[in-house]
Amino acid sequence: MPGLEPTLLHYLLLAAALLVISLVGIIANRRNVLVLLMAVELVLLAANLNFVAFSVYYHDLSGQVMTAFVLATAATESAIGLALLILLFRRRGTIAVQTLDVLKG
Amino acid sequence: MSFSAILFYVFAVILLASAVRVVIMQHPVHAAMALAQTLFTMAAIWITLGAEFLGLALVVIYVGAVMVLFLFVVMMLDARQQKWTPRWQRHLVPAVILGAVMLVEIALLIMRGVKMKDTTMPVASASMENTRELGKLLFGQYLYSLELIAVLLLVGMIAAIVLTHRQNRFAKRQDPAEQVAVTRESRLRVVSMAAETEAPEQSTAEPSPEKEGGQ
Repeated sequence: MPGLEPTLLHYLLLAAALLVISLVGIIANRRNVLVLLMAVELVLLAANLNFVAFSVYYHDLSGQVMTAFVLATAATESAIGLALLILLFRRRGTIAVQTLDVLKG
Repeated sequence: MSFSAILFYVFAVILLASAVRVVIMQHPVHAAMALAQTLFTMAAIWITLGAEFLGLALVVIYVGAVMVLFLFVVMMLDARQQKWTPRWQRHLVPAVILGAVMLVEIALLIMRGVKMKDTTMPVASASMENTRELGKLLFGQYLYSLELIAVLLLVGMIAAIVLTHRQNRFAKRQDPAEQVAVTRESRLRVVSMAAETEAPEQSTAEPSPEKEGGQ
């Protein structure tokens, strides 16, 4: 059981809480694709916190290098996601999630 | 409780509270602001951990660039036109239950499953060597990966431009595909027709004026 002083477990728990909050946001969000993209950013941020915590814990900087790569990938992902969002808005006139049910049988 | 422990708990509470605000805020601009706060707090946590370079990069890249991108998109989508219906419908309760179960599972896994004897974090060194060592790794051992990431960023940039580019109707431009696909028939048409012959001599000396002008 972790004590009061922050250990590796505290950081892992914090990352898990952040992950769960953003996942709940993704599942329950019915209104806005933009907020969906922000929640995806939060998921990646939680993964990055794990990387950094383990990197500091093991005195191995490779984890921080991976974090830098994840940051770059996440930036690319959000740029393309926002471009798709603009296309969606041009075509449908709305970005509400509940209207995106073309593939529903 | 040490000062760094107090800092950790303060930052953790701010981080989780602003993450919740990202998810529940009605207006996307408010959600974007909460996301900026989340990223900023995460950068603070990383800096207290000793990862200064990544913390500062997070502030510069995310709070500086990606958040501006998000706000631009909110501006282009014209938030006033959107009807902000209540977001929580029938999916909220299952989502919260699922999230709670997941959190309990992960917490059990972390607290029971981690076999390491000593999980205390090492104290961040005050020598500020983090950036230098990270640079040595990035441009040494991980140079190839770094270049691949650079190519990935370029591809992402091109993809974003191509996706959102709108063709201007009035611009005159050459289409190389059409130029290459051209055939002889679309440029030159050979018409078979009767050969021109000398007009037969007319008895009147005066030719008609329109015939003169036509030749």
